[in-house]
Amino acid sequence: MMKKILKNQFSQLFSMIDKSYELFLPIEKEGKVNFDLWQEGDKVNIEKLKTSISPKSVIFPQSETYLKFKRDGKKLELENVGGKKEDYVLFGVKHCDAKSFQILDNVFLEEPVDRLYEERREKGTIVSMACFNPEETCFCSSFGIEPETASKEVDVTTWDMGDSILWNPQTQKGEKLTEKIKDVLEDATEQDKSELNALQEDTKQKVKELPLANIDPTKITGELNDLFDSKIWEELSQRCLGCGSCTYVCPTCHCYDISDFKGDTSGERFRCWDSCMFSDFTLMAHGNIRKTQKERFRQRFMHKLVYYPNNHEGVYACVGCGRCVEKCPVHLDIVKVIKKLGGEK
Amino acid sequence: MGCSCNEHVNPLIPEIVVIEDMRADTEDVTTFRVTKPGGGKPFEHMPGQCAMISVPPLGEAIFSITSSPTQKDFMEFSVKRCGVVTEYLHSLEVGSEIGIRGPYGNNFPVEDKLKGKDLLFIGGGIGLAPIRSVINYVMDNRENYGKVDILYGSRTPGDLVFQKDIFENWPSMPNTEVHLTVDRQEDGWEGHVGFVPSFVKEIGFSTNKIALLCGPPIMIKYTLQTLMEIGFKKEQIYTTLELKMKCGVGKCGRCNIGDKYVCKDGPVFRCDEIDELPDEY
Repeated sequence: MMKKILKNQFSQLFSMIDKSYELFLPIEKEGKVNFDLWQEGDKVNIEKLKTSISPKSVIFPQSETYLKFKRDGKKLELENVGGKKEDYVLFGVKHCDAKSFQILDNVFLEEPVDRLYEERREKGTIVSMACFNPEETCFCSSFGIEPETASKEVDVTTWDMGDSILWNPQTQKGEKLTEKIKDVLEDATEQDKSELNALQEDTKQKVKELPLANIDPTKITGELNDLFDSKIWEELSQRCLGCGSCTYVCPTCHCYDISDFKGDTSGERFRCWDSCMFSDFTLMAHGNIRKTQKERFRQRFMHKLVYYPNNHEGVYACVGCGRCVEKCPVHLDIVKVIKKLGGEK
Repeated sequence: MGCSCNEHVNPLIPEIVVIEDMRADTEDVTTFRVTKPGGGKPFEHMPGQCAMISVPPLGEAIFSITSSPTQKDFMEFSVKRCGVVTEYLHSLEVGSEIGIRGPYGNNFPVEDKLKGKDLLFIGGGIGLAPIRSVINYVMDNRENYGKVDILYGSRTPGDLVFQKDIFENWPSMPNTEVHLTVDRQEDGWEGHVGFVPSFVKEIGFSTNKIALLCGPPIMIKYTLQTLMEIGFKKEQIYTTLELKMKCGVGKCGRCNIGDKYVCKDGPVFRCDEIDELPDEY
C-alpha cells in the first residue's frame, strides 16, 4: 500500500533510518551533489537530478581495500579484509542509475561471483526517486527507462510531490525498512494518487519532447567487425583527450585496477575504478594492443553498444543518464557515437 | 572449470604457496616450482590454463601453468624477467612464500578434439611454457594420442628453455620427434639455424594433424601463414592470446576483445575463432 512522508519530517526520517542502517543520501558539498554517508547536519539535496558521480560509488566503491599483507623474511601473511559488514539504505536513486545496477549485476554476479560486490548488494536497501523533470542531456527513454514510473530494480520507489514524498515498498527488504520508519508514514490519499498520475502523464510528455528523444541504439545494425572497422572512429576520436572523465561519471563502467599500497614489509591491496581511455590500461611488458586514442575510444563505445549487448541478451551498457554529455570537456559523448552509427529514430 | 575452492571466498584473494625450487632455464627465464605450505598443489588445472601470481607489495601478474595436470605434487611456472613483478620473483629465494589464485581460462582440448590425433606442437622462446603443460599431459597419456612432433625455436641456443625436456625426455618417448632451431648461430650449436616459420616449411609436415602454436605475436603471425601455405586449415590450429589481465575472472575489463574476455573465454582459441575477433591482438 502506498504511503506518504511529509518533507518537514525528513530529519526525523533520516535519524530513524540511521538507527538501524548506514544511510547514503545525495549530499551537497562545495556546490556538488553526490551520494555519501549521511551525518546529522549534512545538506541533503534530493532536488538535484544528476549527482556528479553516479550512486554506483556506493555499491562498487571507487577504491576498496580487500587484502592486507605482511612479509617477514620468506614468510608471507595474507589477511582478507574486504567486504561490507553493515546494512545500509541508499536513498534517492534515479531510475537511470537504478537500471545501471542491473547492468553491473550482470557483470559482477555472473560466475565466478565477485563477493565484494555481492555483499554490498545484499546489505543494501535501495530506495529510488522517480524523476519528473528530465533535463536536456537525458535520454533514458532510448534504453526503455520510464523515469516517472516505479523502478523495477529497487526495494522502495518514491515520488517527490513537492511538500511530501510518496513511498511504495516493493520487496521484503523494502517492507522491513518501511516497518522501521512507520512513525513518519501516513497513508497516501486518493488525491495524492491522482496528483501523481497527473505528474506522470506530464513527465511522459516532457520525455517525448526532450532534444535527445530520437536517440535509438536499436537502429545500430551490422556485424561486429564491420562496426569495429567503421570510419567513424578515426573521425570522432580526433578530439578525444583521453581524460577518462566519461568513465568516472558513468554509472555502467565497471573496469577496475588492482594495486598494492606499499609499506616496507606490510601493506594493502585495493581495487579502484580504471578507464579503458587511458593508454596504460592494456600496456604489457611486450607492448600495447591499443596504442592510439582512436583504438581506446572505439573500445569504450563498442563495449557499451555492441560487445556488452552481445553477451547480455541485447541490453546496452548505457542508461542515458547524460552525465558524460555534461562532463566531457570536448563535447564528445556516446550520443554523438550512437548518431554516427545510425542510431536515430 | 573445476574450481574446488570455497564458494563464498572472494575470487581475488590469493592463497599462499612456497617456492620449493627455482631452476634457471636461461639467462632471463627461471622455472618456479611451488607447493602449498604443507605440500601438494594449490589447485587442479587443465593444460593451457593460467594462474595469477601475487608478490606483495609489487602486485600480481598472470602466468600460464607450465607443469602438466598429471604432475600431482607441485605446480610450475616459467617466468621471463621483463617487468616489476617478474624482476621481484627472480630475486626471491627457495623457501619464500608467494600468493597464487586460479586456475583461470579455458584449456587446450586434450580430452576432446586432440584425442587420437597426430599432434604438432610449435613453440617460440618462452612460448614453450604453456605448450609444455600439454606435451607432458600427452606424454603421460601417450596411448591416447598419435604421432607427436615438437618444433621449438629460440633466438640463440642459450635461450632454449626446458633443456632436459627438449634434449632428453621428449626425444626418448615413443613415436615422438623433436625439431629444434635457433635464429642465430653460436659456437657449439650443431642443430638447425633459421626462424621457426621457415623451419616448419622446410620439414613440411603432413596436414592430417592438429597444430598447437605458441610464441611471440610476430612468430605466431608468420607461422600461421606458413601452416596455411602447406595445407593446414584454421580449424586444425590452436593458439593462445595474451592480453593485459588484472582480475582473471572476466570483470576488470582489461583483456576484453570483441565480445570475449581472454582471461575467461581464452587464452586458448582455435584460429578460425580468432578470425571472428576484431583485429587488435
